[in-house]
Amino acid sequence: MSVLSVDEVSRSFGDRQVLKKISFDVVAGRMTGFVGANGAGKTTTMRIMLGVLAADAGEITWQGAPLTREVRQRFGYMPEERGLYPKMSILDQVVYLGRLHGMSAAAARGSTESLLERLGLAERAGEQVEKLSLGNQQRVQIAAALVHDPEVLVLDEPFSGLDPLAVEVVLAVLRDRAAAGAPVLFSSHQLDVVERLCDDLVIIADGTIRAAGSRTQIRADHALPRYRLEVAGDAGWLRDHPGVTLVDLDGPVAVFDLRAGEDDQAVLRAALAKGPVRAFGPVTPSLTEIFREVNQ
Amino acid sequence: MTTFEAAKLVAAREVRVKLRDKTFLFSTAFFLIVTIGSFVIPSLLNGGPTKVAVSLPAAVAPLQSADFEVTAVPDDAAAEKLVRDGDVAAAVVSGPRVLAMDDAPSDVVGALSVAPPVQLLDPEAIDPALDYLVPFALAFLFFITSFTFGMQIAQSVTEEKQTRIVEILVSSVPVRALLAGKVAAMTLLAFGQIALIAIVAIVGVRVGDMDTEVVGRLGPTIAWFLPFFILGFVMLATLWAGVGALAARQEDLAGTSTPLQMIVMLPMFAVVFLSDNDAVIRILSYVPLSSPMAMPIRLFRGDAAVWEPIVALVILAATAAVFLALGSRIYEGSLLRTNGRTSFKTALARS
Repeated sequence: MSVLSVDEVSRSFGDRQVLKKISFDVVAGRMTGFVGANGAGKTTTMRIMLGVLAADAGEITWQGAPLTREVRQRFGYMPEERGLYPKMSILDQVVYLGRLHGMSAAAARGSTESLLERLGLAERAGEQVEKLSLGNQQRVQIAAALVHDPEVLVLDEPFSGLDPLAVEVVLAVLRDRAAAGAPVLFSSHQLDVVERLCDDLVIIADGTIRAAGSRTQIRADHALPRYRLEVAGDAGWLRDHPGVTLVDLDGPVAVFDLRAGEDDQAVLRAALAKGPVRAFGPVTPSLTEIFREVNQ
Repeated sequence: MTTFEAAKLVAAREVRVKLRDKTFLFSTAFFLIVTIGSFVIPSLLNGGPTKVAVSLPAAVAPLQSADFEVTAVPDDAAAEKLVRDGDVAAAVVSGPRVLAMDDAPSDVVGALSVAPPVQLLDPEAIDPALDYLVPFALAFLFFITSFTFGMQIAQSVTEEKQTRIVEILVSSVPVRALLAGKVAAMTLLAFGQIALIAIVAIVGVRVGDMDTEVVGRLGPTIAWFLPFFILGFVMLATLWAGVGALAARQEDLAGTSTPLQMIVMLPMFAVVFLSDNDAVIRILSYVPLSSPMAMPIRLFRGDAAVWEPIVALVILAATAAVFLALGSRIYEGSLLRTNGRTSFKTALARS
């Protein structure tokens, strides 16, 4: 299967170990969110993937083969700290980067023009990058990462600095790439954005992987036996129900944890016996809650 | 894609950017104007034939045959007035006497008298002024070109590092391709600028009606200067890239490039100020940092044997090979260290 696989990778800067034998997979055709606090090791991991940094130990493979420069030529990369040639025109610059990735002049130009069109920069193609707003520079950076139609995308904070409209545009482009079969790894601080966008999730904290897998699986794994009940009258009686610990009570609405082994259907039956039930179901934790939990 | 193909792409970008760079275009134009001016202005200052007023009919014929512009006037008073008004440089009046304002016109006197033939036993081969000017011009040209293009290599490296585009670059092409492309492009442009000036200079001396001795010597001197220039430039090119990579921002560059600036500047001063001292110039013409300046001077003066520039070129090439390796090691060792200025020591230590 087409997997970008990180296998027990370690890296230190001086005597500070930034990555401690981390392992995870980025699967083709899926958007994988890479989240962690500042300094958790996201950028270092991505730099090692692209060969900008070397790993002290461990290996990264794509489709089972170790990463050589030839393999990485087919990667698309957006570094954390943005930068392009300030005095070069957008078109020239993206074409140049396409050619460095092995494209012919004509193919690079064609690809650049269609990308700029898609990203809403077609009319500004001849302008120097330094004349653009930060948001537009960011779009050029996306074009730079995508121009050579990469097999694998590694994007460090691709959405930071984008307005909501631009986020949608960029997201659509990335989803297309994923749908076409590329693994897309992107990091972000904005957990709500990641939660909405990603199929898979990798959570890193303090140089170790705390959770990795599909978003639904991770949420299920971290789900507490927590429920939400909404009734017609007051839900205060739940306090005395065996096995129930109230988390939050607001008149008819209650959120509660259930002791392991207790039957949630028994609670529902008790509620129905007292009157109409408007809603009842398990509460899945938000990414922010999971993130807070794994970071403890 | 091979390293060579990648280097070609990098070089092509550098050349394109430079050819659109106003600073580069202006500096090239400036050098050309100075070069052309140095041939045209002297002949303009000569200002054509000297004007002489003559009131003595017998003096008209010999002066005219000596290429003076003769104005015949009716009497001595009219001739004197023209001299006093500055309309003519001198006047020949009855007597015969020669009138002038403050400087005895020896050329007019010479045209009117018979001088015994003179034979010099040890003539100066060339004009002493040129003997000083040509060495100075060559040394200065090497220095200014090597310095400005070197700084541009450094700035271009720092720009890539500062904007972090270097991360995208090194993830797609080998670091060596980046370095080789940059150095090749700048060498080409620097050599192009020098060659253009050389051609203009050679055409200038032919058109500019200089004495044949100077023309005969300047040609070979410039021809030798070019290989010295290329090797001398390439020798330092990767070191310039290295100091560019040591800097994290353009502001650091003045600091990281200081040692290299000294390496370029001190030999230039030595050559210019000690150009009269034959022994020192002889030594400097072999020392690799100064030989591109000092050897052409000796060749121009005609005191270098045929084998001497060849030996100096070999020494220069060997040094260039060592410096290229050193420079690329500094470059590779510091290019991706983005946390502030990198020291030479850190860059040279293998990470």
